[in-house]
Amino acid sequence: MSSHHLDARNLMCPMPVIRAQNCVANLEVGDELEILCTDPGALTDIPTWCRIEGHEVLELVQNGNELVIKLRVAPRRVFS
Amino acid sequence: MLAARIVKNQGIYIEGLNFFTGFCVEGHTNAIRNHRPARRNNALWVAEQLDIRLNIIDVIEEYKDVVINPKHGYGANLNPCLDCKSFMVGKARQWMEAKGFDFIVTGEVLGQRPMSQRKDTFPIVQQESGANDLLLRPLSAKLLPRTLPEKNEWVDREQLHDFSGRGRKPQIQLAKTLNIKDYAQPAGGCCFLTDPNYTAKLRDMWTTRGEKRYDLDDVMLLKVGRHLRPTKNYKMIIARDSGETNYLQGYRHRHEHLIMTSHGGPITLLDGDVSDDDVFFAARIAARFGQGREAAKVTFIAAKPDGTERQITVVPLRPSEIMDSWYL
Repeated sequence: MSSHHLDARNLMCPMPVIRAQNCVANLEVGDELEILCTDPGALTDIPTWCRIEGHEVLELVQNGNELVIKLRVAPRRVFS
Repeated sequence: MLAARIVKNQGIYIEGLNFFTGFCVEGHTNAIRNHRPARRNNALWVAEQLDIRLNIIDVIEEYKDVVINPKHGYGANLNPCLDCKSFMVGKARQWMEAKGFDFIVTGEVLGQRPMSQRKDTFPIVQQESGANDLLLRPLSAKLLPRTLPEKNEWVDREQLHDFSGRGRKPQIQLAKTLNIKDYAQPAGGCCFLTDPNYTAKLRDMWTTRGEKRYDLDDVMLLKVGRHLRPTKNYKMIIARDSGETNYLQGYRHRHEHLIMTSHGGPITLLDGDVSDDDVFFAARIAARFGQGREAAKVTFIAAKPDGTERQITVVPLRPSEIMDSWYL
């Protein structure tokens, strides 16, 4: 398990989701990814994307204008 | 959503594709402003409702050619709808081939859009995208020639539909039948290139530059703030509230800017080549948009992208001195 950081500040949705999606594609199951954002839309979009893919949201923190979203990578979900 | 549900209900595995061009209204642009709550991202929301994987794909760079050189021209504004549709279906075809999928499904309805969804333009999209008879339009399929998925009975054509026209009643009825209670507001409005106010600013940018050229920051900045062009060589982008000020602060490294220090007020970015006189005059305009608009003097920090700062003090312009023609 390793920790990774993604700077998605000043990007408007869906770019933070796209960056997260592309970043997670190269991570291992159990890895943690901390995403730094400024678009308030990321507060709903990234957790929604995590629910769809099964990734666990570990932390959602708002520091002034910056948001920190931390997730743990789940095994690639199999859809029916 | 309906087209995907219909096909999924036939036991077919589907994934969603959502292409981000930079011009998508979906992108929570309104959430930048203070008083507006963040809207949901409809593509993600639909994927969650349908329980399907959604692949969101950044096509910003490739899409530039569609916007700048549309083979079939623009619609009422700078919307290259037919070229856009061919481009996106073409990207879907590439995805299909790369990932081992069998065909493409879209939610297009015959006659619903004046450029890209007509009986004579449907085949153009199929040809130019290279999708040909692998493009299934379940909502209008019964009005169209059989596609390969229908001929090969991968899908049951009898369970597809014959919707046409601009009305949405059949779709709303179908949603009820499928027990879909919530859905994205119909009737478009999902692309800034169809917005006359936005495209006026885009045209102005291209005219000023003397060429059709843009990057993602350009198209994002056109969505934010008041845009005023007092002279040909520069324009001002004035935040309309603290949310926009926060957003525009992210562009301080790229633009000369004005920060009001003597009174509460928005940040102003200056886009273009500005002289000291221009900065001074822009500050007089910007002073009208802060709490010192009636004050005798207003002080700003005028800062360059490299961080060099100087203080300037100006007399705010009178309302009658702000020309309507400056507003883009």
